[in-house]
Amino acid sequence: MALLKMKFSQQRRVRLAQGLWLLSWLAVMCGAFIFCLGVYLKIELLRRDEVMEDTDIHAVPNLLMLVGLASIGANWVASRVCQDSLDASRFPRWKVLLLGWYAVAVLLCCLLLAVVVLSYALQGRLEESLKVGLRNGIRFYKDTDVPGRCFQKETIDRLQMEFRCCGNNNFKDWFEIQWVSNRYLDFTSQEVKDRIRSNVDGRYLLDGVPFSCCNPASPRPCLQNQLTDSRAHYNYEYQSEELNLYSRGCRQALTDYYMGLMNSTGPGVLSVILIQLSVLLSMRYLQTAVDGAMALESPEGESEGYILEKDVKATYAEVKAKALDLLKFAQVDPASEVAGAEEGEKAAEASAKAATTAA
Amino acid sequence: MAVLKVKFTKTRRDKLAQILWILNWISVVTGVILFSLGLFLKVELKKREELMAEKDIQYVPNMLIAVGLIACIINFLGGKICYDCVDSTKFLRWKLIMLPYIVCTFFFTLCVLVGALMCYSMHWELEEALNLGLMQAMRFYKDTDMPGRCFLKHTVDTLQIQFQCCGNSGYKDWFQIQWISNRYLDMSKKEVIDRLRSNVEGKYLMDGVPFSCCNIDSPRPCIQQQITNNSAHFNYEHQTEDQNLWMKGCRQALLEYYTHIMQSIGLTVLITWLFELSVLTGVRYLQTSLENMLRQGDPDSESDGWLLENSFMETARTNLSIIKSLGKSNQINTANNGDPNIDVPSTSKAHYGPDNVPPKEKMETS
Repeated sequence: MALLKMKFSQQRRVRLAQGLWLLSWLAVMCGAFIFCLGVYLKIELLRRDEVMEDTDIHAVPNLLMLVGLASIGANWVASRVCQDSLDASRFPRWKVLLLGWYAVAVLLCCLLLAVVVLSYALQGRLEESLKVGLRNGIRFYKDTDVPGRCFQKETIDRLQMEFRCCGNNNFKDWFEIQWVSNRYLDFTSQEVKDRIRSNVDGRYLLDGVPFSCCNPASPRPCLQNQLTDSRAHYNYEYQSEELNLYSRGCRQALTDYYMGLMNSTGPGVLSVILIQLSVLLSMRYLQTAVDGAMALESPEGESEGYILEKDVKATYAEVKAKALDLLKFAQVDPASEVAGAEEGEKAAEASAKAATTAA
Repeated sequence: MAVLKVKFTKTRRDKLAQILWILNWISVVTGVILFSLGLFLKVELKKREELMAEKDIQYVPNMLIAVGLIACIINFLGGKICYDCVDSTKFLRWKLIMLPYIVCTFFFTLCVLVGALMCYSMHWELEEALNLGLMQAMRFYKDTDMPGRCFLKHTVDTLQIQFQCCGNSGYKDWFQIQWISNRYLDMSKKEVIDRLRSNVEGKYLMDGVPFSCCNIDSPRPCIQQQITNNSAHFNYEHQTEDQNLWMKGCRQALLEYYTHIMQSIGLTVLITWLFELSVLTGVRYLQTSLENMLRQGDPDSESDGWLLENSFMETARTNLSIIKSLGKSNQINTANNGDPNIDVPSTSKAHYGPDNVPPKEKMETS
């Protein structure tokens, strides 16, 4: 009992071939779209490379680019097959390739699903990577004279202004590190000496933040220094002030941004999976219908198209038997070899006897 | 003596008509481009209208939008006419409209040229508008509690961050206005009262700038307060320090930005003008050659095409006399005491036959 059998007249076969040709070109466009999506995501991740510790999250755009290219190739092959499908002399050469093509198409769909799953699963790794990267960035903020780190200040300032965030988790991260370089500290001043002595590592810590944490939407000119001291500024209360600086942490801001990017690509990827599946099914129907038509006496007549020749259980049993046969063929079984040799001798004797009695 | 006479065979006329049809459709596309450029400029000017004083600079994008739309319509009509000109019978439909169409298109191309020149002349008005507008915006920077002005602080801050500029002409503009609101000044402190008393108008002036003036590329954390006081900061010299704050004034930064846009648009409009002019020339040649062909009576014959039938001076003279006679037709004719019923014998040499023509014999109906 064939699975999802459908009858195909000559005209329907022609229509199917034409429709599938268009669909496979659409799938080529979708493959190009997936590739461009991967490139865009990769560029966005590379732009903020300096605040990320490791590159695990790059698996998502890499996979997208790979699948995009493979999809373009596979669907182009599908369109060529469609063009040749109605020509009885040219179609048979594609027969061998088609089984491999089905495998590739199924693999592409699985990979696209994996991409969607990965983009959610790698969120934790992204956050960890950002946490470490931002911590280092903030620590090396003051080292504008150290080669290799001299652009950290600019990077962090730009990041905080663009993403409207401050610090790693929040602005208090700036209180724990020294972000003013020793080059600009007057070591003869008593205040500086006191501050440096006040902590174990001898760092100049203050309850202030860089200017890039300032929120332009605040009604009041930005307060950057002595933030925890409510008396240092007129009409200011540290606990209730929330418009003065950006309240969000940069790790949260960046994670939200990247998750937003990947989520918005989700529907696109899912629709590409659907298109690829429909190309796969239509190709199977076309193959079986054209094969059926070529086996008929009159090639213009009606033929049947199906997805599987027998139903799922029977096909599975058949495939299993074939696989086991292949395995058995590959095995070297000494017992069966000897038994086979004996049987061969007996058969030779029997045929010799039969020959003499016949003669 | 015709101006720039060219001979046209039938095949050349047909080719010309076809090419002009395609060119007219390309002109429709350029009309759409002009329209969208005008729209883009309008949006860009509207985005920063808070920083521009009330000067009438919107006329430039409005002109571009109008010119773009009219270009689309005219060239669409031109395309239809040229398409029909291949067939001499269809040309008869358009014969009477073609000359007015050409004249209108000629005046329209003048409008396009005026539009291009306006793009370049807008520069001075824009500079004045920006100067006044920025001055006002900086003055009202502190008024975040006044309705209608409460977003100026945010606008000026984002402007200074985005365009990497500070103040109107430079950062010193901030020293001359009070940019901290009285709400945040502790009036009980002596220092505040001293500052307020130190100038005539009672403004709290200081040698400090808002945070948005800070330069991102500076190797040192931003110095915003006591900028002119070298001893207030370690290892700091006010006169030689140029990386601490943005050095460019916002008026100049915005002017550069808009001038760049205007120059690109002006160039595009000039190219469009040249293109339109060449299409118009082609249509004029087509019109004159088809009319001459009709005059000769043979659709397959060679005909001449020209820009003007007589030389430029003669054409100008004839047109002026036509305009004068149009004016005269309103006046009363005093030749025969103003009586229009008197029969004045015809003085032309043509013989139009006898005045009384006997009626034709009626056909006998069967």
